[in-house]
Amino acid sequence: MSDIWVIMIAVGILTYLTRLSFILLLDKWQPPEIVTRALRYVPVAVLTAIIVPELVVVDNALDFSLGNARMLAGIVAILVAWRTKSALWTIAVGFAAFLLLNAILA
Amino acid sequence: MGNNTATAIKRSEFLSGLRDIIPILLGVAPFGMIYGVLAKGAGLSNTDAQAMSSVVFAGSAQFMLVQLLNVGMPTIMMILTGFVINLRHALYSASLAPYTRPLTPLWKMILSYVLVDEAFALVVMHYKQPGDNGYRHWYFLGAGLTLWATWQLSTAAGIFLGAQVPASWGLDFTLALTFIALTVPAINDRPALLAALSAGATAILARNLPYKLGLMAAAFVGILVGLWSEKK
Repeated sequence: MSDIWVIMIAVGILTYLTRLSFILLLDKWQPPEIVTRALRYVPVAVLTAIIVPELVVVDNALDFSLGNARMLAGIVAILVAWRTKSALWTIAVGFAAFLLLNAILA
Repeated sequence: MGNNTATAIKRSEFLSGLRDIIPILLGVAPFGMIYGVLAKGAGLSNTDAQAMSSVVFAGSAQFMLVQLLNVGMPTIMMILTGFVINLRHALYSASLAPYTRPLTPLWKMILSYVLVDEAFALVVMHYKQPGDNGYRHWYFLGAGLTLWATWQLSTAAGIFLGAQVPASWGLDFTLALTFIALTVPAINDRPALLAALSAGATAILARNLPYKLGLMAAAFVGILVGLWSEKK
């Protein structure tokens, strides 16, 4: 078995166990009230922590300049998402802005 | 409630889940294609590249793993990195557990398999809406299976097209766009906004932590700031 299969199966099993953790394995656990309240912030905290570096980290350096097409297109997408609450418009306009800015900044 | 009514509700929940996830696929499909292209570029066979999409089924971890293959990181480090990137799913699991508690173990095993970021963000919003009919897991299943099928097909398309879709097109940017589309509408009060801002700032500051631990650090800072700002 090659290394890639060892990695794939190990990461696959570990990932499945984390997904299964509270839904199946620990489903009898009644979380205290503070934990229930904390879980409300999981989606926005986790997803924003993935989004922001995608927008402003280029080759492991921060880039807040106006030459950063990802950051500018990301700001456009955030504004569209905020105004329309539509996933379709957010992704479509965001990607169009990204292509346009790349063409201008290239 | 008659059997016919129950069947009708299940079907309607399943189809609503499927329908609500469709706009998100616009971001998921290009990302899956780019994963397929990168996997081929990293030297994976067609079978290996496709198998990873079923076995791991987590876009950002798959992306990271094929990139790390290129830099020759030791196997155990790669496993640890993939694990840490995917630890956030335990938080998703804990968030959904109160809603899935009445289900059979088989349902829980199936739904856990399709518990990816996009499914979580959509399903948690659906569960929070008032008027529970007892069949909302069918919504979860409809959204999850559609995401799964899209991920497999777009991976196959990326493998097949290979070098004809250069990574320089920036299709991986659709990951950020998809998450923006899911996150921004969920920021509906001040604590949620402060949680998002602090998590984003921490993610930048902690980006050089080993094994991508910065992601979990950022998640915890965001959650703590959200809780703390409720009292203000």
